Amino acid sequence: MPIIYYIILSIALFSIGIVGVLTRRNAIIIFMCVELMLNAVNLLLVAFSKMHYNAALKDGLVAGADGQLFVFFIMVVAAAEVSVGLAIIVMMYRNIHSVDVNFLNRLKH
Amino acid sequence: MSITEILFAVLTVVALFGAMMVITSRNPIYSVLWLILTFFAISGHYILLNAQFLAIVNIIVYAGAIMVLFLFVIMLMNLNKETEPSRNRWLKMAGVIGGGCLMLVLVAALRDIDIKDNIANVGHGDIGLLKNLGKELFTTYVVPFEISSILFLSAMVGAVVIGKKN
Repeated sequence: MPIIYYIILSIALFSIGIVGVLTRRNAIIIFMCVELMLNAVNLLLVAFSKMHYNAALKDGLVAGADGQLFVFFIMVVAAAEVSVGLAIIVMMYRNIHSVDVNFLNRLKH
Repeated sequence: MSITEILFAVLTVVALFGAMMVITSRNPIYSVLWLILTFFAISGHYILLNAQFLAIVNIIVYAGAIMVLFLFVIMLMNLNKETEPSRNRWLKMAGVIGGGCLMLVLVAALRDIDIKDNIANVGHGDIGLLKNLGKELFTTYVVPFEISSILFLSAMVGAVVIGKKN
């Protein structure tokens, strides 16, 4: 499968995530769109890993494992991020009884 | 069209449609369910690329653990009714135009590069199997692996401290 298909697909998923972050106001949905963007990057990393594996196959090398391990570490960091981020959102809901990000403008005043 | 191309097209359509529904659903619970569908489609892409370990980890960690955490929080807050008021139409349009411009710029930047010959190895290649990745993970990447366990511990402590009633 040509690598350009994967690049276009990842760009499309990433842009949909960007549009979601820019247009929605619910903090949880914004958070989910961030996860979507992370997954777009993960997909592209795996595709590039297989591309370099394909290129190194002629030399008999084992290349491309780095890309897939990076994806593994991205998943690790994303899981930690989600646990802390959702705790912050729960705390925010407990204090202002809303998850609307427009109410979070107190640093402005 | 070979079977691989058909599978690629179907998974791509499912992923993009799911992602669109995530950002257009009014009800947050439907958003979570569509996002789970998108993650399954991305896992299908991983299987197509023969990255089996990452496909399983993606389903277990993302679709299993993280999305259940999202659903749990949404139901805990009783947000499953359509509470989001309609915001300024112009701001929404500006967001869509901004994201579309980003996509346009990224695709236009790809126009002149010469990557026609670069093929992602679909269907075979044993680099994504558990044996090879595990060997690499516990030799070359053993220090980041151990550091990530400390990260998890600190995230766990942080979540407990933040969520605690004071």
